[in-house]
Amino acid sequence: MSQPAPLPLVESLLDVPLPASGIAWLDAARHESRAAFAAAGLPDTRVEAWKYTALRALGQRHFARGDAAAASRAIAASTFALPGVDGPRLVFVNGVFRADLSALDVLPAGLTLQPLSQALHDDAEPLRFVLSRPALIDDAREAGDAFTRINAASAVDGVMLRVAAGMKLAAPVQLVFVGAAADVELAWHLRNVIELGEGAELNLIEQHVSDAAPAQLATVVSDIELREGARLQHTVLQNVAVATSLIRRSSVRLHARAHATLHVLELGGALVRHDLRAELVGDGARFDTRGLFMPHGRQHIDTQLAIRHQALNTTSTSTWRGVANDRARGVFRGAIVVAPGADGSDASLSNKNLLLSPGAEIDTKPELEIYADEVKAAHGATVGQLDERSLFYLRSRGIPLAEARALLTAAFCRAVLDDLPSEALREHLSGLLVAQLPA
Amino acid sequence: MNMLKIENLHARVEGKEILKGLSLSVNAGEVHAIMGPNGAGKSTLGNVLSGRDGYEVTAGTVTYNGIDLLALEPEARAAAGVFLAFQYPVEIPGVNNTYFLRAAFNAQRKARGEKEFDSMQFLKLVREKLKVMQISDELLHRAVNEGFSGGEKKRNEIFQMAVLEPQLAILDETDSGLDIDALKHVADGVNALRSPERAFLMITHYQRLLDYVVPDFVHVLADGRIVESGDKSLALKLEEHGYAGLGEGVAA
Repeated sequence: MSQPAPLPLVESLLDVPLPASGIAWLDAARHESRAAFAAAGLPDTRVEAWKYTALRALGQRHFARGDAAAASRAIAASTFALPGVDGPRLVFVNGVFRADLSALDVLPAGLTLQPLSQALHDDAEPLRFVLSRPALIDDAREAGDAFTRINAASAVDGVMLRVAAGMKLAAPVQLVFVGAAADVELAWHLRNVIELGEGAELNLIEQHVSDAAPAQLATVVSDIELREGARLQHTVLQNVAVATSLIRRSSVRLHARAHATLHVLELGGALVRHDLRAELVGDGARFDTRGLFMPHGRQHIDTQLAIRHQALNTTSTSTWRGVANDRARGVFRGAIVVAPGADGSDASLSNKNLLLSPGAEIDTKPELEIYADEVKAAHGATVGQLDERSLFYLRSRGIPLAEARALLTAAFCRAVLDDLPSEALREHLSGLLVAQLPA
Repeated sequence: MNMLKIENLHARVEGKEILKGLSLSVNAGEVHAIMGPNGAGKSTLGNVLSGRDGYEVTAGTVTYNGIDLLALEPEARAAAGVFLAFQYPVEIPGVNNTYFLRAAFNAQRKARGEKEFDSMQFLKLVREKLKVMQISDELLHRAVNEGFSGGEKKRNEIFQMAVLEPQLAILDETDSGLDIDALKHVADGVNALRSPERAFLMITHYQRLLDYVVPDFVHVLADGRIVESGDKSLALKLEEHGYAGLGEGVAA
């Protein structure tokens, strides 16, 4: 069988020299990842995990790598300002670290926050395991991990965040990934490594923002590790421009009694894909996610949530909502596996979706596999319109139909923010999502 | 002029005729009780008057203050002063009770060309009404009916009525599912709102609410029509003899 010609996207992503770090194992891992990407290319919709997200259009695009002006592009602080958030901050623009926009002067004791390139330069060895992994992920012929591979091959920077054991950080730490308009269509890649030591506590805010056209393709791969008893409150706000395609993969690993709570808002982007994977590897670990995706126009937003319960008495709760308008498409896959031996685990997943226009589509697929004993599990997914009884109730009190719809839709969306501890942030995010609703 | 004049009303639900020629006149200041067995069309009457989807009027007219009520959207009926206290109030998670009530209150004022209330003005009004209704302000801070007990939901309906000050209040089985204390509370609320300008249509299966809210007129609804009308003594008669054998003189 003859090999088809590589897609323009694949060609353009490969048409750059591999970054050389001078660190033998890292250069080898990059080389291996690149070779795997070149060999397998992009997944098509026959790959189960990409069934509802076709890369045909994106595959025809050509992106240049490297923005020579990234270090000097003017970015207004309002781009990433959030109420009540004024702590340590790490900012990247078009994949390049920006010390001038970051806030690293006064880091609290126990917090390491720096560009990954700096951490590699200082002492690469502690990062060896996590950065060598992507190439090993799956079968080399499997294209499903294409973007993780090209990220592993190409990313030269990202976030290195470490909280020392026992340190409880009150002020939120802000990670900002900005796509700034350049003269050409750019691709850029970032690799983040986040670790919370035993009993450490962190409030983390991750923002993805960008200017308008021209189009960009960004990949962001994050590894987050919570040691025993660590607690993470993690809020993700994705609000990139509609010309930006953003592919992320976040892997969270939770040791005994660790507890991570993630709030994810997916508002912007052209083609947006987030693979969110959690492994509960220690007894009593807990993982809670609340997410909302709101594609409109011609946006395509795909979330692939995969949770593995691998230890005793682990808990996960997942509450995700989708609202699609116009001709937009939302995709949600929530796959929970309770592995053999993870007895006494409790897993619940709910995904409710609203379609606001006849041209919109949401594909949702909850999956539950249980191989352990005494497991409590519940999952459900719905796609529908606003509840007629609620609409009539509001109208019977005098609220006009359009206003009643807006009120119910906003309430449906806001539900995912309910247990966000910061009221200021909750109000701000609530305002953002209401602004995205049809007037 | 009657406030409400229903003439020969026929209505269908899912193709099945439920109201079969109902006629009724209500004047300002009057309290009318509509009683009848299950399936007689009591709730259908309330739903048709408030404009719920799925109720098809096939014949007859409903005139409210001289206008054709059936031609109005539900929100326009509300703005015109028609209020339905639901038999099953709907839970609306994520919508704060006070916010909802203010949105409704202001939407009605806007529709009538009146100036909207700001949040301070509205809060003042709400406080006054809470006092009259003897309701704890805790209800205000919760989402609309979410997690409310049956009694709380019904009291919330009456509270909404107190704030919105309708001219015509339709109470659809507001007494159902209430224990005697909750029933008294709801009745006190209704009595506090009785006025010469306001009319009530109380739809009920049981006589006991009428012990506390004494009606001016009692009508028996059976098989889609009013088959008997009288004063409050009719309700007592029904209590004693039940609905069996009613309207024999009227039936064809």
